[in-house]
Amino acid sequence: MDTRSRQYNLPVEMVNLSADVVIVGGGAAGCFAATSIKEADPEADVLLIEKAHIKRSGCLAAGVNAINAYLNPGETPETYLEYVKKDSAGLVRDDLVLTIGERLNSVTRKLETWGLPFVKDDSGNYRPRGKRSIEIIGESIKPVIAEALKKSGTRVLNRVVATNYILKQGRVIGVYAFSSREQKFYVISAKAVICATGGAAGIYRPNNWSARNKMWYCPFNVGTGFAMGLRAGAEMTTFEMRFIALRIKDVFSPTGTIAQGVTARQVNGWGEEYLINYGYTTPMRMYATVEENKAGRGPCYLDFTNSPDKINLSLKKAYLNMSPSIVLKWANEGVEPNNRPLEICGSEPYIVGGHGQAGYWVDTKRQSTIPGLFAAGDVAGGAPKKYVTGCFAEGEMAALAAIKYIKNLSLDIPSPQQVNEEKQRIFAPLMNEGEPAELFKERLQKIMDEYAGGISCNYELCESKLLIARKLLAELDEDIKSRMGASNLYELLQAHEVIDRVLVARALIEHLLYRKETRWPSYQERIDFPQRDDNRWMVFVNSVLDNNSGEIRILERQMEVEKNVCQD
Amino acid sequence: MSVRINQKLCNSCGNASIPKCAEVCPGDLLFKDSCTSKCRIRDQRDCWDCAACIKECPRQAIEMYLPVELGGRGATLKTLKSNKKLIWVLSKPDGKQETITI
Repeated sequence: MDTRSRQYNLPVEMVNLSADVVIVGGGAAGCFAATSIKEADPEADVLLIEKAHIKRSGCLAAGVNAINAYLNPGETPETYLEYVKKDSAGLVRDDLVLTIGERLNSVTRKLETWGLPFVKDDSGNYRPRGKRSIEIIGESIKPVIAEALKKSGTRVLNRVVATNYILKQGRVIGVYAFSSREQKFYVISAKAVICATGGAAGIYRPNNWSARNKMWYCPFNVGTGFAMGLRAGAEMTTFEMRFIALRIKDVFSPTGTIAQGVTARQVNGWGEEYLINYGYTTPMRMYATVEENKAGRGPCYLDFTNSPDKINLSLKKAYLNMSPSIVLKWANEGVEPNNRPLEICGSEPYIVGGHGQAGYWVDTKRQSTIPGLFAAGDVAGGAPKKYVTGCFAEGEMAALAAIKYIKNLSLDIPSPQQVNEEKQRIFAPLMNEGEPAELFKERLQKIMDEYAGGISCNYELCESKLLIARKLLAELDEDIKSRMGASNLYELLQAHEVIDRVLVARALIEHLLYRKETRWPSYQERIDFPQRDDNRWMVFVNSVLDNNSGEIRILERQMEVEKNVCQD
Repeated sequence: MSVRINQKLCNSCGNASIPKCAEVCPGDLLFKDSCTSKCRIRDQRDCWDCAACIKECPRQAIEMYLPVELGGRGATLKTLKSNKKLIWVLSKPDGKQETITI
């Protein structure tokens, strides 16, 4: 018997709001977009809605200890593009990566003016950690950004969950949302909408069981921005370039932190430095580790046991600024950081535009394929390795484009029928006595793990299994519609998270089926098409949801941007 | 990985309508239990370990720990604030403490 108590009864209060620009998501990209609009036009009415609370929401909740996309002396936007392209098997949107590169340093300086402490050398220059990386003391990065947002005069609604765009005559004219704390349904009209929700975690079964959210990417980023875009008919790109993070086993702390003043060797279980046999790009570091394990030479480690004791405190500090749990791991083991090598492994795959390049197909102004809708940050595709500062840069570009777009535009409102349909869709799980969302999330993760290249199959993909995944996801979609219920607002939030994740997974399967080559080992590794084929596949695989048939249609876009038709 | 809320120290931020930990948790996992008037986590398994709640708690009632599944043996992490500096207090399984000032 279902023992969950029902706390809520309909009806809910309907709240009508309007703004010049609505920003969905208060992470790096969204906050930077908002402050950029207010800076360029203080009179503009900007409303930002955030599923959590801007002070500690999203990927930056715990902090970061480095800015990994910054052009140190000698680096240029062109060398940044060269690096990103080489690391991504040659297939990226040059125009998007370059326009990010042009802004990386100015947005970084802006962050410093907001009050975030940067590590500097004796001459007062940022201290490099690598060619494109500098050290920061970034535990407070999210509160610092949130404070700048507040000062900008942006209106903020916390704990408000976007569900769909409002569409009229092929244009985005606002956003529907609900509160996860109060029984409120929001209908928000806007002249333009900037989507900055982040990417998607929780599509695949994670590494840990009783600590199921101890993962690399923010587990509360569930792909809602992708799902909203798909439901609105927006074009998505390159979901098939999944991102799999090579991280410290169990605690999923970053490996790059070890590079701070330390020389670490990446070795297999036999003590051999194995990358020499594979190559040093980000996907190959991951792939090589899987292959060494498969060949019986695992596990693999980052070995910095030759480092002097003085690094121990600085490493602990660096991790406390970003991923504190590894410090607990050392304490539980009764060791100091340099006492023993750290075992490394891959995370489950994520769909994300900030490390991989999944997301909205956008033009250089970050406008999507739907007029009135812009995208920035992890939810925007085509430009991998943008990281925090790249998200800022895209937020700024989307902001400037949105200001231009809304000139001479007036607000529009949806029809009562449209509003009612979305209200019914949002609150339907509360009216249903069915099973809770987390069971359907587990089903989704099991399907994706076993048939769509999860951890348990070494991330490997093949058509026969992907076709099973497609069929099982269609069944799951039906089950969710008929059998999922929610007994309170938190469960309603979870219900919409699983609805959105399943749609993202369905689109992902179509992308994975379509690309019949292996371009990014581990991230996208078709064992039935093991070769990279530049003659055929130097193209972008894009998807669009046909709402009438429910089918996800795949189309190809060429690398030369001028050949692509993107609505202006 | 997860957090533990000391039910003796927690006062759910007195008269505040939303306790500070519940206000900031990025996963909406913390809430004031209407029976005990203390804060609770909905499900230990869903914590991401971001430590937002630990830094926010005015009574240092929240600590982070590793679950047994991940080799947890009793070590905990808490934070204090002093002169705008963040101080981490690491308690080790042998009872020793290490403080690290950021």
